[in-house]
Amino acid sequence: MSKRIVAEDVNAFYGSFRAIAGVSLTIEPNTVTALIGPSGCGKSTFLRTINRMHEVIPGARVEGKVMLDSEDLYGAGVDAVAVRRTIGMVFQRPNPFPTMSIYDNVAAGLRLNGIKNNKVLDEAVERSLRGANLWNEVKERLAKPGAGLSGGQQQRLCIARAIAVEPQVLLMDEPCSALDPISTLAIEDLMTDLKKRYTIVIVTHNMQQAARVSDRTGFFSLEATGEPGRLIEIDTTERIFSNPSEKRTEDYITGRFG
Amino acid sequence: MSAPSLLDQLPGLGDDTRRLHAPVRLALLALTVLVSLLLFASTPMQGRVDFVVFVIFAFALVQTGVSFALEGRRHALDRLVSLLVHLALLAAVVPLVSVLSYTVYKGLKKLDGQFLTHNLTGLGPLDTNGGEYHAIIGTLEQVLMATAIAVPLGLLVAIYITEYGKGWLAAAVRFVIDVMTGIPSIVAGLFVFAFWVIGLHRGYSGLAAAFSLTILMLPVVVRSSEEMIKLVPAELREASYALGLPKWKTILRIVLPTASAGITTGTMLAVARVTGETAPLLLTSFITPATNTSPIAGKQTAIPTFIFSQIGLGRPANYDRAWAAALTLIIIVLVLYVSARLLTRRNTLTRR
Repeated sequence: MSKRIVAEDVNAFYGSFRAIAGVSLTIEPNTVTALIGPSGCGKSTFLRTINRMHEVIPGARVEGKVMLDSEDLYGAGVDAVAVRRTIGMVFQRPNPFPTMSIYDNVAAGLRLNGIKNNKVLDEAVERSLRGANLWNEVKERLAKPGAGLSGGQQQRLCIARAIAVEPQVLLMDEPCSALDPISTLAIEDLMTDLKKRYTIVIVTHNMQQAARVSDRTGFFSLEATGEPGRLIEIDTTERIFSNPSEKRTEDYITGRFG
Repeated sequence: MSAPSLLDQLPGLGDDTRRLHAPVRLALLALTVLVSLLLFASTPMQGRVDFVVFVIFAFALVQTGVSFALEGRRHALDRLVSLLVHLALLAAVVPLVSVLSYTVYKGLKKLDGQFLTHNLTGLGPLDTNGGEYHAIIGTLEQVLMATAIAVPLGLLVAIYITEYGKGWLAAAVRFVIDVMTGIPSIVAGLFVFAFWVIGLHRGYSGLAAAFSLTILMLPVVVRSSEEMIKLVPAELREASYALGLPKWKTILRIVLPTASAGITTGTMLAVARVTGETAPLLLTSFITPATNTSPIAGKQTAIPTFIFSQIGLGRPANYDRAWAAALTLIIIVLVLYVSARLLTRRNTLTRR
């Protein structure tokens, strides 16, 4: 199920403002890749170019190439909606659908994509909730509203919702920044688990988190406010945190800047 | 020695024992009433309303004065302002409650099974029986038709404005809707009268009335739905897009259900508003003493026009009928509102 992502010279714009410039990188299947960097450096924007969520914002556009194995996601005739079905996403703030129960939240992606068989849905919901390590906590109250869960549970519910449609890649945009340390730990454990089946890309502000969960780390930065963000370097997490090849990466990691 | 701190110059914290407690304030009120009674007995001042107003002002003065002397400036001001706030609340609630209770009191006299199940055919000016059956039918049919046209249309316009509309067309639509909000109801009636009733030779009918009510409902439905759709967090849309759902499905299955409680409230306000409209009905469905169940042809009385025509006849029996009809109107709006709220109660934006 898991696939490789190759970005070639990706530029992303908001109107006339260029948010990221010339990003080229490779994300290996079955790994966790962390993207770190100071605020406004474009790491979230880059993440959103991978599943074509960037263009949802009015006036936003992307130049360059993003390959999922051999498919160009920005090629002619590629449907953005189909791309998003293949590449799931988890957001910074837990956002379960407030009108839906826990069950309906997880089933939403399948059901709204036309799957009506209750047996199939039941199995998918249980599998996804188990996958998100939430099943034992909610199995007695699947019909209760998803908004009634705690923040950490809601975020795991969102992860369950994202993996229910069986994507090949899972993008996470600061998934723990609104959570307490215990919920954060639960999600980090989950990521280690999930990479057996998915390619995971996570944006985080927390360098310890990047060091704990990721196999490879990419460092984004920008020259100055108003300049586009660029990928400074990407390497194994171990190398980035012990012996980075760029001086700027080392400054950021050691807290001398950013 | 350090300089005396600023804190030492402020009043101590334990200085709060001399307070105007509730029994004392009651005694003050009693005293004010007593003195006012004496004043009204011995001077040319008279009248019940004058007395109440006088007591209120006198009590406000007395309590503030005593409080100022005993408790100090801050407490005196607090008591004065809280008295004013409570009076303002009373001034707002009293008219509302009196309108409702007076209508119930007057309306119950005539409102019975006979009144609800008969119309006004074959009655002379001196008869006291007869009823509003035909008017209830008329109001229900007309409002139902108007809602059936205005709500889907208004919702679609609101979705266009918020989700799809860009540039001059959306701005133009929004401007036209704003202008429509200000259309006097008689003008809406006149338009349908000129265009449909006369121009197209369709004659008076419940449908014509429903058209004029639609014109009045539409802008309210659009504006309130627009506001509620805008309130749906962008994160929910993004969550839906990220699941691979196309935009139209996101709007239909995520945005609208989330906004449904607010949309229902707005719609019900619009329904309540047009249910009481009289002027446009006089020009579009007119008045008849007979029951007309056909929504599309022939004159049809609605409850507001029933009240209007009864008041115009001017006998006690007519007034009784008008009050009973007014009570029915309030009950209909109430029932519609409560049932609509119950239908959408689970879907609120408050718990996120």
